[in-house]
This record gives sequence, structure tokens and C-alpha cells, in this order.
Amino acid sequence: MRSATSPLTIATPRTLDDALSMLRDTPLVPIAGATDLYVGLNFGTLASQHFMDLTRIDALRGIDVRDETLVIGAGTTFTALMQSVTVQTRLPMLVQASSQVGGVQIQNRGTLGGNIANGSPAGDSLPVLAASDAILVLRSASDERRVPFTSFYTGYRTSVLRADELIVAVEVPSVVGTQWFRKVGTRAAQAISKLVIAAVRSDAPRIAIGSVAATTIRLPRTEAALASGASIDDAVNTLEAEITPIDDVRSSADYRRQVAGNLLRRFWADTA
Amino acid sequence: MRFTLNDNPVDVSAPPMKRLLDVLREECGLTGTKEGCGEGECGACTVLVDGIAVVSCLVPFAQVDGSSVKTIEGLGDNHALQHHFMNEAGAQCGICTPGMIMVASTLPTDASLEEIRVALAGNLCRCTGYEAIYRAIQKANEQAAQ
Amino acid sequence: MPAVGTSVARKDGIGKATGATKYADDITFPGMLHGRTIRSTIPCGRIKNIRLDFDTTGFTVVDYRDIPASGRNVVALIEDDQPFLVETDIRHLAEPILLLAHENREALLNANVVIEYEEQPPELDLEHSATVLKALAIDKGNVDAGFASADVIVEGTYRTGHQEHVYIETNGIIADPENGGIAVHGSIQCPFYVQKALKSLLGKDAYTRVVQTETGGGFGGKEEYPSMIAGHATLLALKSGRPVKIIYDRTEDMVATTKRHPSIVRHRTGVTRDGTLVAMDVDIILDGGAYITLSPVVLSRGGIHAAGPYRCENTRIRGKAMFTNTPPNGAFRGFGAPQTLFAVEAHMDRVAEAVGMDPVAFREHNALVPGDTTATGQVLTGDTSALEVLREAVRRSDFLRKRAEYTGTNKGIGLALFYHGSGFTGSGELRLASKAKLELTKTGVRILVSSTEIGQGTRTMHAQIVADTLDMPYELVEVAQPDTQRVPDSGPTVASRTCMVVGRILQRCAEEMKEKLGVLTPAEYFAKYGALEILKEHEPPAWIQWNEDTYSGDAYATYAWGCDVAEVEIDRDTYEVRPLKITAVQEFGTAIHPGLARGQIEGGTAQGLGYALLERVVMSNGGMSNATLTNYTIPTTLDTPEMDIAILDNPYEDGPFGAKGLGELPIDGPAPAVINAIRHLAIDVREIPATPEIILSACALR
Repeated sequence: MRSATSPLTIATPRTLDDALSMLRDTPLVPIAGATDLYVGLNFGTLASQHFMDLTRIDALRGIDVRDETLVIGAGTTFTALMQSVTVQTRLPMLVQASSQVGGVQIQNRGTLGGNIANGSPAGDSLPVLAASDAILVLRSASDERRVPFTSFYTGYRTSVLRADELIVAVEVPSVVGTQWFRKVGTRAAQAISKLVIAAVRSDAPRIAIGSVAATTIRLPRTEAALASGASIDDAVNTLEAEITPIDDVRSSADYRRQVAGNLLRRFWADTA
Repeated sequence: MRFTLNDNPVDVSAPPMKRLLDVLREECGLTGTKEGCGEGECGACTVLVDGIAVVSCLVPFAQVDGSSVKTIEGLGDNHALQHHFMNEAGAQCGICTPGMIMVASTLPTDASLEEIRVALAGNLCRCTGYEAIYRAIQKANEQAAQ
Repeated sequence: MPAVGTSVARKDGIGKATGATKYADDITFPGMLHGRTIRSTIPCGRIKNIRLDFDTTGFTVVDYRDIPASGRNVVALIEDDQPFLVETDIRHLAEPILLLAHENREALLNANVVIEYEEQPPELDLEHSATVLKALAIDKGNVDAGFASADVIVEGTYRTGHQEHVYIETNGIIADPENGGIAVHGSIQCPFYVQKALKSLLGKDAYTRVVQTETGGGFGGKEEYPSMIAGHATLLALKSGRPVKIIYDRTEDMVATTKRHPSIVRHRTGVTRDGTLVAMDVDIILDGGAYITLSPVVLSRGGIHAAGPYRCENTRIRGKAMFTNTPPNGAFRGFGAPQTLFAVEAHMDRVAEAVGMDPVAFREHNALVPGDTTATGQVLTGDTSALEVLREAVRRSDFLRKRAEYTGTNKGIGLALFYHGSGFTGSGELRLASKAKLELTKTGVRILVSSTEIGQGTRTMHAQIVADTLDMPYELVEVAQPDTQRVPDSGPTVASRTCMVVGRILQRCAEEMKEKLGVLTPAEYFAKYGALEILKEHEPPAWIQWNEDTYSGDAYATYAWGCDVAEVEIDRDTYEVRPLKITAVQEFGTAIHPGLARGQIEGGTAQGLGYALLERVVMSNGGMSNATLTNYTIPTTLDTPEMDIAILDNPYEDGPFGAKGLGELPIDGPAPAVINAIRHLAIDVREIPATPEIILSACALR
């Protein structure tokens, strides 16, 4: 460790109500799988001293279908997502994404809600949520609201989530069409995305992409081009104008732009 | 904080946000669990919490309250995986070995080579190219299946 | 039953597999403090002011003025240019300036030191640098005449990047005041190098003792830098009067310690229509970093291997190691040869193409055979196996059929032929005068050498050699932990020398001991005559002639040989190249322990594949900016392909049981084999790591 852990505190609520009351009264950073916690502390990107453990709250776990909507508890681990027959059937692209998060140890601990709250533009599950028009259920001690995933982020690692709110569940309406997912990482496993795409082929194609902008984004203009029957070349041109990749230690803007276009073609060919 | 450590109930006093890795090594004196990176990338610090493989460098101590933790020391010194890691030279420098063995101990004995490779993708080894590790695990599985 | 040639259980296997083995960070001394190094945050400049912005109660604070008057502020190595602690001038990022120790690690982490600098413009570009740390020239025949006789001349420039060792155990040292001096325990490859550095720090009369703790990987990365850390821990321990432990975290280890030298190698090669090499002109530039450290010898090995395992009567090799304001680059498995062998093997595929030959036929035509001379004029003897490894690799991999089958697909296949000199260069082994010792125990015998077990199997392999020489069961041979108070100086654990050189001394010790024992068991001998110790010194083969000034003669006592075939597949959407299979055929005399030898080949091959495809050190402002295991990506299980390993036998007469050096050879081949496989995909890449971004650029240029 590069930073001291003994001054840090952690509250351990057993119920969701307790957790929400604590959040109402005190600023606490919720943690679940904690897979990004110490990295954030070590590199100074996480300044908080006070945390709240969500892993004791059963209500945050579970996978269910209600009125044709897939409801996933925010505390569901990637391993649980991969093992769920319901998810395998309804949202296979989420299984694919989950299987490419870190290694087995990270999949065993990391949660869907944590991936969302952490807000990295490279988050592996996030394009799936964007492409599937997922709704996030945010709850505080006083109210509950539903926010479309695509409206959740306001910028690089910032979101509409209030300090007194928790992401309690993700609701995924039935996805019509063929699901497609591809992660391009820095190596074959245990990798951070250089680019990650989830897409759905239907009359109204949906394409979401990570690591090419400050947040995971949908590509409405590219989608519209494809929906209107534009050529794939035109759609690729539109995509290139719609993303804003950067150079970083993992890849280059040129690479991300070129590969994003190539993968759009691949998606379109694979799902034809 | 009370939890079960290698099948024995223990009560350990340590700051709640201390990493499980540090608690095991410093408070419990179990140094078989190694730190390779401190960011969950190398798997050297893998232990089992309630039977599930986790990297102990990313687990706050508070989260194991009431849980069962198993470390390499909990496998004793006569486990088939240990023998075959020795005999197949699956251990070279040895620093990744405890973590490798802990993950391997969660695998079914009929695991295919591909399943072994996927399961170990979160454990880095710089000495072996992984081949001797696969051989060790496969030999141990063959022995267990008999 | 003989132990040599069988895969006996590793001496250290069970301790490692049960977690019982103690590494540096597992060891605690009573009253121990933790140490921390405060480092420069600029690559070039002067220190104007240092302010301790914390309550110093309970802290030990050390700067260069704490170095005793009897000692010097230099980490003694080849040249005395690198300080333990900066006095005023900063030459690179992460250079040690100040040391802190405290019994509470968190207090140490919280201590804030503010350093004001006067920054100066750094030199970060090795091609632009005007300062040569070391130059080298190797000449054979008449290159100009050779080019005049050539039908075709092929030129090319090849580049390699830094490579980080990524031993999974980071650097760690504990210094413990002892006998009025210091005992140092730590993760090190070379105990006597550390002792030499401590003698420089404290004065030659100071008591210094160095003990190797179990070491979690080295690969050259714990050859020279541990001397620096040992000096730091020593200064803190002596000032505080208490044991001090310094363990680097991963980021500090990656940012501050050595890496493989980046290189630029230019080739100009003359060849006749029938594919005969008639002139080779090679120009090597290495990035040495901010201090000389080991760069001269890295350049030397790189230069000697630069013409590849080929016969060419007219060869000119020039090399330079350049100064840059970056952390010094240093020893890394292969030691200069992986860079120059990458260049020559990538180049040879282009030369073959230029004369319309396939890569196998071209190499068969030019490969060194017994009686040929190398670039330094060394006449090769019977254990020269270039053709044998080439033919076996081609056969096993079904190279020619696959080469035809893959053409025009997303698969490619390529090969590389390579060799690696065993032991120190030239008269190096003579100068080292390494020693090894055997002592009789009540039940068997104990080996005393300074050769360290760093994972490669030193203990096991030495014990096998001694056991068989003495006709004694392997289990009765013990191996002492290297401790400079107890073991003789067997030379450093580097340069693929631990088996061939130190193993041979041990074999001679055992031969003499066997004679002394006669028919007696160790217990009987003890009862009758008491203790028995046998110490011997290395005797390099008498025929070795080496001229350090002209760089000519017998560069190495012998060479190990290898041929790797890489099969790869490209994803044309993402430009990712994935290795599908590696066939590695290697000859290193006799394998003492086939299992460990195979482990060396498999591990070195994986490390070489990382070098070829994945491992990119991103430098910014003179330092590594991706210094985490997340962002510096070594191969995982899923990045490492199926390997077909074959070990050819060709005993070397001066090695123990015929053994030569093996440790480094396996890392020489994968990178050029992969690049040649990528070339087979019709993608012309001449640099490594060949990341998808590089492949994209190469595709865009077509």
C-alpha cells in the first residue's frame, strides 16, 4: 500500500433501509467488491476516508424477470451474471462482457453496480447496459427514481447519482434483435479495454461503445444511418465523427478510431 | 473481528479497512500469501473466502467478518497439488505458487486444459510460461480422480 | 540411480508449494524499522532545497552526508559513476535522494518531503544523444571488398523497446547491524556484487555480510540494482542502530529499477545470387540511461551476437551505448543478444526474400557449422548445432507445408535461428576465478556456492551433479543458502554460467572428495578423519584466447543453439496478432534436469513472446508512465500458446556431464520468429513490441 488504511472507517449496514439512512446522514463512499478501492486510494484518485460496505445487504443481490424486464440487483457479481441461465438467455452480451472482466478473482468480487458507480469509460459491462436501454434504479431514504443508463453519466467519472443515493438495481427491458459484443483489451485476459462495443441488430440498431470518449456512449447518428439503410461505409464515417478517442498509455486515438469502424463493419456482417 | 481461518475460529483485532492480505501476513503471521502488485492484477495473494477465490490485496478486512478464509497454509503440507507443483517444477521461483494452488484447488478434478487456462488467467507467472503449472494441476487431478 | 538426466523433485519445491518458504518481505527482525526512498521527480537538474514537511520524531533520516568518511558515494560496478544518493545533480527521474525509516509503515507513507529543483533540459532521445557511454568495434575480413562481390545488398533498421523484468516478487532488502558492521539479507542474484558495493559505501575494512533470501524471480533484474537498495538499507540501519527493511511496491520497482536496453540496429548485408552472405555491416545503438552501470558488457554481448549464427567472411560490427536522462538500463536475460538477434533474424528473412530463397534454405546455406569462424574469429567446434536445431524445428513444426498453406490467409509462420554464448565474455571467466566448495556432513555432503536459486533450479541441478559424481543419493546432498560469510565467491548468477561454470567446479570438487572418501561412507569418514572440505577454482579451457582491444578471438567457451518456429493468427479487424503455437528446439549440451530445462525454455519463450507482442514501456518525461501490472501487460495463461519443446543432446566436453548454459537462450528466439511470422502475413514490421497499434501503422503504409 502507498497510503495508510488505519484511519479509514467502514459502516456495515445489514439492510437497505439502514444503508440509505446512513447515507442520508453522513457522506460515505459505498463499496461492494472493492476491486477499484485500493487502486483509487493508492493513486490518489479516491480521497474519501469513510466507506460503507454493501456486501451484507441481500436485497442488492439477485436476478429476476418482472413483466418481461430483467431486473439485476446492483450487488450481483460478474460470476453470478455469467452463471445465470436467465442472463444467458435474455442478455447474452452481458455474459460475454462479464467473462472478460479481470480474472476469475475479480469476477467473483466485482459487481454490476460497482462497475456503473465507478464510472470508468472503459468499464466492460457498460456498453451492454447502454445498448440494451437499461434503466438504473436509484434509491435514497426519501425517494426512488429511475434513470436511463444513457442519461446517467454527466462527464468523465461523474454522474447524476446523489451522495445520498444508491444504485439498487438495473432493469433491462426485453432486447429485440441480435446481440453482439466485442472487447479489445491490452491482452487476451486480465485486461483493460482499449475499446469495448455492445450492439443490437434490429430495425432500430443500437450501438454503444466504451473507451472512445469521456463516458461510455451510444452512437445515435450512426444508429440512425444504419436504420435508414445507409451503406456501411457511410455508417463508419458517421461513427468516426461521433467518437472522440484519445491517446493514452494503453492505445492511440488513431487505433481506436480505425478499430471502432472495423468492428462496426464486423458487427453488421456478423448479424446480417 | 471473528472469522474462521483455515478451519479454526479466530478473533483478530485490526483496522477494518486494512487489506485482508496485510491482516493475514502481519496479524495472523501467515506469510504464505504473497503480494505481487497490490492492485489485483497478479493473483499472488489469492485466498478463498467462503470457498471463493479472491485477491486478498483488494479485500477490506471488515468484509470477512464472520466468513471462512482459507490460505495456502490451510491446505496443509501434503496436498496433491503441492506435490505435483514440486514434481512437475510448476513452482520455479515460487512466489506465484500459493496463489496458483489456491485457484487450482477450486477447480473440478475433471477440468479440461482450457478450463484450467481460463481459471488461471488472473494469476501471473513470469517463470514457467504456465506449461508446468498445467502439468502439475492435471497430474493432481488425475490422482484425485483415481 | 543416477540423478543427472532425470527430473528429480526440486530441493525447494515443497517449501514453495506449501507457502512455508520465507522471502524477504516475509521476514521480520526484532526492533525492525521500515525504510522508504525519496526520489527525484524530474529527469535532469539540480537540487535547490529539501524540506521535511512532517514531524520527524521517531524517524531516521539519511542523505548523502551520512555516508561514512571511510566510504564513497558510489555503487561500485564497472565504472564508479552512480551515487547511492544524489548530492546535487539529478540525472534521471526516480533517482534516490533521501532515505527515511520508521517503525510504523503508515507514518512512513504519510511523511511528506518537499524538494525544490532547478530543472535543466533532459536528453531523452538516444538517437539525438551526443554522449557515448561505451563504443565497440568488431572487424573480420574486408567488408568493402565483400560488398563489391555482392549481387544484392539489403538494408534495414530494426528497433526494440524497453522490457521490464516483472519478477513477481518486487525488490526487497533488510539490513541488520551486526559485528560493528552490517548484515544484509535480501532478494538478490549476486551476493558478492552487493558486498562489493557495501565495501565501497562503508570502506574496505568494514564488516559486511550478505545473505540471499529466497528470491521470487530475477531475470537479471536483481543483478545490479539490489546493491543500491542494500546500500540504502545499510545507511538507515547504521544511523538508527536497528534493522531496516526496504520493500519496493510494484510501481516503485517499475519506475526506479533497471530494464532491458532499447535498441536501434541497422543492417547492410551483401549476398550473392546463390544466397551466400558475403558482407555484413551492423550498427548498434543501445540506450544506456543515465549511468554506465552494466551497459558496456550488455553492448559487448549484443555486438558479439549481432551477425547471427551465420558464416560471413567479411563482417563489420559497430556499437554504441548512449547516455540519456532515463533510469539506467541493465541486465535482463539475454543481455544485449535478444536485441541484436531480433534485428539480424528479422533482416535475414528479408535478405532471403531478396534472393528468392525460402527462409529455411537460406539459413541452411549460411548457418555456422563446426570449423566455421564467428564474427570475432572464433573457430567453432563439434558442439555447433545450428543446422541440427534448424532441421528439427522445421521437421517438427511441418514448417514448409504450413508456410505454403498459410500464405494469403490470416495465419502466418516464421522462424528464427539463434545462439547464445555460455558464461562471461572473453577472458571474463578467467578474471572471475570463481570458487566452489563441498563439505562433508554426517550423512552426505553440503554444497557451498554463491550461485543463487532464483527459480531456475540452481540448488537442484548442482545437487544432481554432485550426487552423481560422488555416486551418492541426490537426497543426501544439501545446499547451503548463499551467505558471503560462509560460501566462496562463485561469481554472479548471470550469463547462463551457473550450471556450466559453477557446476563444473562442483563436479571437480566432488571428484576429489570421492577419491578422499574411498570406500568410506560420510559417517565413517567423519568418525575416522573428522571434517572434510574441498574448495576449487574455475579453470577455463586453456585454448581460450581473447583480445579485449580488438574484440577478437574466442568470445565464449561455447554456445547453445536454438531454433524457434512461431505460428500466429491476425485479427484483421483489431490488428491483434495472437501466437497459436511455438515450436522451440534447443541444444545446450546435456540437460542435467530435463524438467527444469524444459521449464527454462517454456518460461523464456513466454517472456520472449511478451517482448515480441505485448510488453510496451511507455516513457514520458524520462520515466515509465505505465508502471503497474495493469498497464504493463505481461502474458497471461490466455496469451501463451501451446508449446512444442524439443531438447537436442550434444555434450560439451568442458561442461559438467556435457552441460552448457541454458538460462538466456530461450528468450533470444521468440521475437524474431514472431516478426517473421507477421512478415509472412505480408505485414512489414521491424520493431517490437509489435502491438496492434504498430501493426495498424504498418498496414496503413502498404
